Amino acid sequence: MHPVLTLVAQRLALGILLLFAASALIFVGTQILPGDVAQSILGQSATPESLANLRKELGLNEPALSRYFSWLGNALQGDLGTALTNGRDIAESLGSRLGNTMFLAGTAAVISVPLAIFLGLLAVRYKDRWPDKLISAVTLTSISIPEFLIGYVLMYFISVKLGWFSSVAMINDGMSFFEKLNAIALPVMVLVMVVLAHMMRMTRAAILNVMQSAYIETAELKGLSGFQVIAKHAFPNAISPIVNVVMLNLAYLVVGVVVVEVVFVYPGMGQYLVDHVSKRDVPVVQACGLIFAAVYIGLNMLADIISILANPRLRHPK
Amino acid sequence: MKIIPISALIGLFFTFLYFFVAIFAPWIAPYGMAEIVGDVWEPSSSAYWLGTDSIGRDLLTRMIYGGRTTIFIATAATILSFTTGATLGFLAAVSGGWIDQVLSRFVDLIMAIPSLIFALVVLSVMPVTIPVLILVMGLLDATRVFRLSRAVAVDINVMDYVEAAKLRGEGLRWIIFREILPNALSPLVAEMGLRFIFMVLFVSTLSFLGLGVQPPQADWGGIVKENKEGIVYGISAALAPAFAIATLAISVNLVADWVLNRTTSLKGGRG
Amino acid sequence: MSETLLKVRGLKIGATVFPPGEKPHDITIVHGVSFDLAPGKVLGLIGESGAGKSTIGLAAMGYGRGGVKITGGEVFVNGRDILKGGIKGLRELRGAEVTYVAQSAAAAFNPAKKLMEQVTEAAISHGKFSKSDAEKRAVALFAKLGLPDPENIGERYPHQVSGGQLQRVMTALALCPEPDLVVFDEPTTALDVTTQIDVLAAIKEAIRDTGVAALYITHDLAVVAQVSDHIMVLRGGNTVEYGDTDQIINAPVDDYTRALVTVRSIDHEEKSPSDNPVLQVKNITARYKGTNFDVLSDINVELHAGQTLAVVGESGSGKSTLARVITGLLPPSHGSIEFGGHTLTPDLPNRPMEDLRELQMIYQMADVAMNPRQTVGTIIGRPLELYFGLRGEEKRKRIRELLEEIEMGDGFVDRYPAELSGGQKQRVCIARCLAAKPKLIICDEVTSALDPLVADGILKLLLDLQKIEDVSYLFITHDLATVRAIADSIAVMYQGRVVRYGPKSEVLAPPFDDYTDLLLSSVPEMELGWLEKVISSRKMESAGN
Repeated sequence: MHPVLTLVAQRLALGILLLFAASALIFVGTQILPGDVAQSILGQSATPESLANLRKELGLNEPALSRYFSWLGNALQGDLGTALTNGRDIAESLGSRLGNTMFLAGTAAVISVPLAIFLGLLAVRYKDRWPDKLISAVTLTSISIPEFLIGYVLMYFISVKLGWFSSVAMINDGMSFFEKLNAIALPVMVLVMVVLAHMMRMTRAAILNVMQSAYIETAELKGLSGFQVIAKHAFPNAISPIVNVVMLNLAYLVVGVVVVEVVFVYPGMGQYLVDHVSKRDVPVVQACGLIFAAVYIGLNMLADIISILANPRLRHPK
Repeated sequence: MKIIPISALIGLFFTFLYFFVAIFAPWIAPYGMAEIVGDVWEPSSSAYWLGTDSIGRDLLTRMIYGGRTTIFIATAATILSFTTGATLGFLAAVSGGWIDQVLSRFVDLIMAIPSLIFALVVLSVMPVTIPVLILVMGLLDATRVFRLSRAVAVDINVMDYVEAAKLRGEGLRWIIFREILPNALSPLVAEMGLRFIFMVLFVSTLSFLGLGVQPPQADWGGIVKENKEGIVYGISAALAPAFAIATLAISVNLVADWVLNRTTSLKGGRG
Repeated sequence: MSETLLKVRGLKIGATVFPPGEKPHDITIVHGVSFDLAPGKVLGLIGESGAGKSTIGLAAMGYGRGGVKITGGEVFVNGRDILKGGIKGLRELRGAEVTYVAQSAAAAFNPAKKLMEQVTEAAISHGKFSKSDAEKRAVALFAKLGLPDPENIGERYPHQVSGGQLQRVMTALALCPEPDLVVFDEPTTALDVTTQIDVLAAIKEAIRDTGVAALYITHDLAVVAQVSDHIMVLRGGNTVEYGDTDQIINAPVDDYTRALVTVRSIDHEEKSPSDNPVLQVKNITARYKGTNFDVLSDINVELHAGQTLAVVGESGSGKSTLARVITGLLPPSHGSIEFGGHTLTPDLPNRPMEDLRELQMIYQMADVAMNPRQTVGTIIGRPLELYFGLRGEEKRKRIRELLEEIEMGDGFVDRYPAELSGGQKQRVCIARCLAAKPKLIICDEVTSALDPLVADGILKLLLDLQKIEDVSYLFITHDLATVRAIADSIAVMYQGRVVRYGPKSEVLAPPFDDYTDLLLSSVPEMELGWLEKVISSRKMESAGN
């Protein structure tokens, strides 16, 4: 087998292993903590009978290991259990919410990725001049404010003061695509601002790193034009770090989405998760945690695989 | 080294100011923390500089006490994450072998799950109290400190001067405290600033989601949560913490930048 | 074509430096240098690090590396002042009229592109050749430069060919557009000595056959003497001496040039072996964890009290690994080491303090061998504390004595390593070893990171100290001139084995084994025509076989 394929296969296997380990960790995090889960769900005032009932319902009388495997087995078959609070099937409630979350995160990604790369290039082109300084000042500010506050700042100025977009991002199946886009304009803006800052900074660093290589000097000493140097020599080597930056930021986006959904009352997975954490609905929390972790691990794995594939030393071994 | 740049001075000034206000909050705040002094969402006036909040408490007072809580939790969590993370990181780097393997793989695993998600999972079954918050945040963040301090220590550990110390017959204590630590301190101190900011953002986010500091205790995230309904009526009370968090974070960033720049200059003759 | 191809007048070059904690300010690195170069001639620019030689070379292409700017003077190429043509004029010049060969070809090639594409790029983009003509020319150049499989080597990627080959491909890259002038910037410095001679010969032949002019930049006068018609000696951005090669080598006028020419002519009379071996390496075989081949196989050498054993070899020969085995950093898989009459414990952690004290080590890179956070006094004082329990005034007195011994005053006690020059750093490292009063010091390439004159000073110091302290040296080096200067006995290593071992006079006298012969004959000598002599004698030998 080609050595690159071996490496990719190894990385895939590692990703799957990591996912299993993460599922175990999520399970351990909710089940085997000090104190009794049923007690902490029902609170101190619970009667002994209701505690016993809940323990039975949660299967707490079984050993932890067998509970983990039956939970994992079911989850692998798409059965995420039922919510404690309303008895609904979790997979069913999650379905449309997952779609909504992906719509929100996807839109943010489509806007932020090209913008970040463009601005990153701009910052490199005008390194240490005012566009670069402006970009880094904005970046510093936006990574210094938590996502939810950026959300409220935008809501206050854009939606309330200017009356442009709606301050809540309600969407439903009856809306057309453009109505939906209009509804999510503000949360998308927040997400874009948050990941843009990181992505730009990292893109800038990645390109600068490539531009400082000796082979760029060689290209300049061949008398090539600035454009040729960038397109033919810098770009092919910058792809891999930039893709890596993008993937890492998409993973970051997945987390940012949780908070932003709460701010804009958006019917996605993040809000669903946060709601049920306060209600101490353990099965829902586990299910959501697993899905978020899977997306996060998947994106990180993809980043690694792309950089393996983009490495000429690995692609063309000796 | 000789001159402190103006940006670092500004950063230092505001950082100290925030810590000063946090420590002496009861003497500085004009009213009691949970004292209802006026109407709901009064605009700013000479009596209430920032106006009042959603149930008529003085917003400035809430902000001062909120800063106290937020800064206290963030500081405690940072200290916890640094003591555990750095100790284990140095240990892993210097001892190597299976200790390093076990610790590093475990940290890889924790970091495979986004910290906010993991914190939510854990907080869904834990009682939400300040010690629990500090513990969860501090330990989750210790993974990052572990990675950094291990990487720094591994870099230093392969330096010829450490090898020379080993060949000279120095003990582990001398090697860690006299050869490695003085050279690792600066990047770690700079990182400490960044971790502190992250903790401020983290605890604010958790409080905003209702899973952090519980009312009537004030904290910056909680103030947003309490006053967010006002936004749609054009009342900006919920935005006050944005300003506070941003200025604190930027100040600490400026100081951290300076510490980092200052220390690269000491690294040796090669600039 | 005008009579002079390259005419440089009053060239001044400056740079902006950013010292930490201070305001950035401008400094001058080249102070008004002038020279001429006729078509087809080679000018050697020589000097120590910081002499400004690379900066001047790049100025011939109107290029300043990093924050470097040309601040004054004129540079004419083919009668045209290139500094007045703007960036567009420079782009027409670079890669067409003037081309460049970098020191590290491995870094100078784009890792993502095939060699052929990179070699022909300048010729094609300047419209000098069509793609197919450029490729034909490249293949011809590959053949001329002695590259294996010239037809197909262009299809490879940079990481798929060796360092010596890559340096030749870089030369092909520079020659492909048929330039008038090539700037060679230390093209053989990063290579092993046996590889260097072949690349040097290939470059010289290519220069002669294509009739191109060249600026040849190097720190090694013996190398530049082989290829250049004229030599300019530079120091601190000033011209020290400028003349034809014969005059510079055989009749230098300036003291500094004379010092450069006579460098490494230290004479050290060999001591005869005593019956008192300090170190006996017996049947040592070693391999690194997780590998399946021996880096050292069956090594047997001996070192006598007050003498020097030089272990010489090229990169990968295992000479540094031998040091790791002796110090206990890498326990051998087989064999033993006798030291001062007893067998050493194979691994470092179990060695008694007394053995550690008696066996000290000096490193190649002095600046990473000292903790940057400790003062010179702490660095030298630590062994005194650790081994002899010295404290207070007693310790300070001894530190002062040691600083005297290494010819540095006690004004250095409170300095940090970053404040010292390269030679001073290495001296402090030597003092740190001496503080332990060792029987044996392992010197691992201690002079190879230093400029030749500084290196000479260190070697002289080591020889003097040997007389005073009666200490033995195990001297690891790739440089045969150093070996001649300091050794009593020599072990030549090749691929993990000792291929030749004995007293210096025997090892360096014929009859040689093949490898030692190759190694010895590859070391450039300060003599005109040396390169031709070696190459032709090698050709005759191979014809004879």
